Amino acid sequence: MGTFFRMRGICKSYFVGGEDAPVLKNVDLDVEPGEYLSVLGPSGSGKSTLMNIIGCLDVPTSGEYTLLDQEVEEMDEAGLAHVRSREIGFIFQNSQLLPRLSAQKNVELPLIYAGVPPKQRKKRAAEMLERVGLAERRGYLPTQLSGGQQQRVAIARALVGDPSILLADEPTGALDQKTGRQVMALFRELNDEGRTIIMITHDMNIAKYARRVVHIIDGELTEGGGTEDA
Amino acid sequence: MLSSLRAGFVMLRECVAMSMSNIVSNRVRSLLTVLGILIGVTAVIALISTVSGVSGSLSSSFSSMGAGTLTVNVTGSDLKTGMTAEDLDELRAMDIVDGITPNVSLSARVSRGGSYDTGISVSGRNAYYFQTNPDAIERGRTLSFIDEDNRTDACWINAEMVETFFFGVDPIGEKLYISGVPFLVAGILSDEQAESVSDMMSGGVDIVIPYTTALKMNNASAVTSFTVYLASGVDSEAAADEIEAAMDAMFSYEEDCFTVTTMSGIEDTMEEMLNMMAALLAGIASIALVVGGIGIMNMMLTSVTERTAEIGLKKALGALPWQIQAQFLIESFLLSMIGGVAGVALGLALSFGLCRALGTDFALSWGAIALGTGFSAAVGIIFGWAPARKASKLNPIDALRSI
Repeated sequence: MGTFFRMRGICKSYFVGGEDAPVLKNVDLDVEPGEYLSVLGPSGSGKSTLMNIIGCLDVPTSGEYTLLDQEVEEMDEAGLAHVRSREIGFIFQNSQLLPRLSAQKNVELPLIYAGVPPKQRKKRAAEMLERVGLAERRGYLPTQLSGGQQQRVAIARALVGDPSILLADEPTGALDQKTGRQVMALFRELNDEGRTIIMITHDMNIAKYARRVVHIIDGELTEGGGTEDA
Repeated sequence: MLSSLRAGFVMLRECVAMSMSNIVSNRVRSLLTVLGILIGVTAVIALISTVSGVSGSLSSSFSSMGAGTLTVNVTGSDLKTGMTAEDLDELRAMDIVDGITPNVSLSARVSRGGSYDTGISVSGRNAYYFQTNPDAIERGRTLSFIDEDNRTDACWINAEMVETFFFGVDPIGEKLYISGVPFLVAGILSDEQAESVSDMMSGGVDIVIPYTTALKMNNASAVTSFTVYLASGVDSEAAADEIEAAMDAMFSYEEDCFTVTTMSGIEDTMEEMLNMMAALLAGIASIALVVGGIGIMNMMLTSVTERTAEIGLKKALGALPWQIQAQFLIESFLLSMIGGVAGVALGLALSFGLCRALGTDFALSWGAIALGTGFSAAVGIIFGWAPARKASKLNPIDALRSI
């Protein structure tokens, strides 16, 4: 099985206050299909920037990033949108559901942009909600759901397009311990099914759920080895 | 190709649904935003439809009043200042002519007893005038050829003159002084006297006297204005040509001695004037549409700022820039069209009410409806373009940072 993605010498800096502020420094990272990787680092270490680059939401200042044997640098706006739509499932810290849409409609959203016909879209969204245990809450608005349920809807939304990789940014950051553990159990279940997962976190207790942990401090990545389950 | 078209169609349908959802969820703000367009379109539709109705009514009035008539105004030449009785007889003898009535106008001081009034419109006519307009007389006798030939001092007065000078007295047979000359009232003109268009345009006639008497009072010997009544079934344009040809001979083919005006010519001029007025008023009203468009632009820019996180999220989920742009553009278009359609309905209702109040026919102007809706659509697209483009250009990272 080939490399899922490969990063070499990735640097990212922002122009702040008249000078370049480096956020990522020469990051090298290889991820194989089916891996469950955790990027662990304190606030401001550059882990979200790394996630944005992996997720094709941002481009590096320098370095090479190859995703599914394609040079990301060479992709245009439409190509990047296509990759985001078909290959990547995002899970954000605060679930980021659209408040005016029901759980079902929120889950359908990525499929709308992928051009999936309505009938098929509804069926797949319903299946995903069932998968995360919220089949009976599909008509609920986000405000009518608990934090844990909202995050599960966000996971269903990330999964509905059957992406190659799940990218989760502090997925338990806004959840209590018990709900956080439930979400982590779900992640482990998904990984057991062969789904590639990359999780960004500042919490060692959450990071240990992954099978591989890398540390990021001041924009520099260091391999942290496997966890007890790896 | 077919599947991408279908995907595009599905996408557009979703954009419409999402836009409607946004409009409904911000209903108060949306309502206030569409008010500008609604007022603008209402004004444009009401003005154009009302003017169209008035124009139609005027046109039919003109046609009924002036069907088969020509108005001739003579400026004359050095050798011949106007039309003599013989000239008029010559024209009357033509096959196409049914009759001719001169119009000798004068503005007079009228008095009786201690009361008087100035600036009274007096018109010198002949017997044919009352023959053609039998409803013009309410009571009394009509003007006869004897009055015409003998230059009698008989007069026919309207209700206003009766009220002014003969309050409580039967005026028939009573004396009335016109420019100091004593006249005997021979008849009362009816309120609905079928005057000629030229009478109506000059503000109406208060008193009718024999035209020969009027010429004497004006110290004139020739008629400079008259109406030609055409024989039944004669085309007025062709008749005008024949009359012109006959009069050219009378004026020794000198140029610019007279003008022959047909009713259709007057109608065309009137319609042209009304259309110009409608265009001018609609132009002024369309300023409201531009203001409404700015309102929409303002709301859409606010909406883009408020929904930055939503835009970022949608981009992260795979939305293309054109899809984001389409959603905002459709939202702006729908907002404008809601205002436009409501404005068309309100404008037509207002126009209907105005036409009823003015006593004219209501004319449903499809052109105005097309203009109102077309203009609304254009305003929605033009003023929604910049905010939609701004939304589509947002960097997903910057947008997501606003979460």
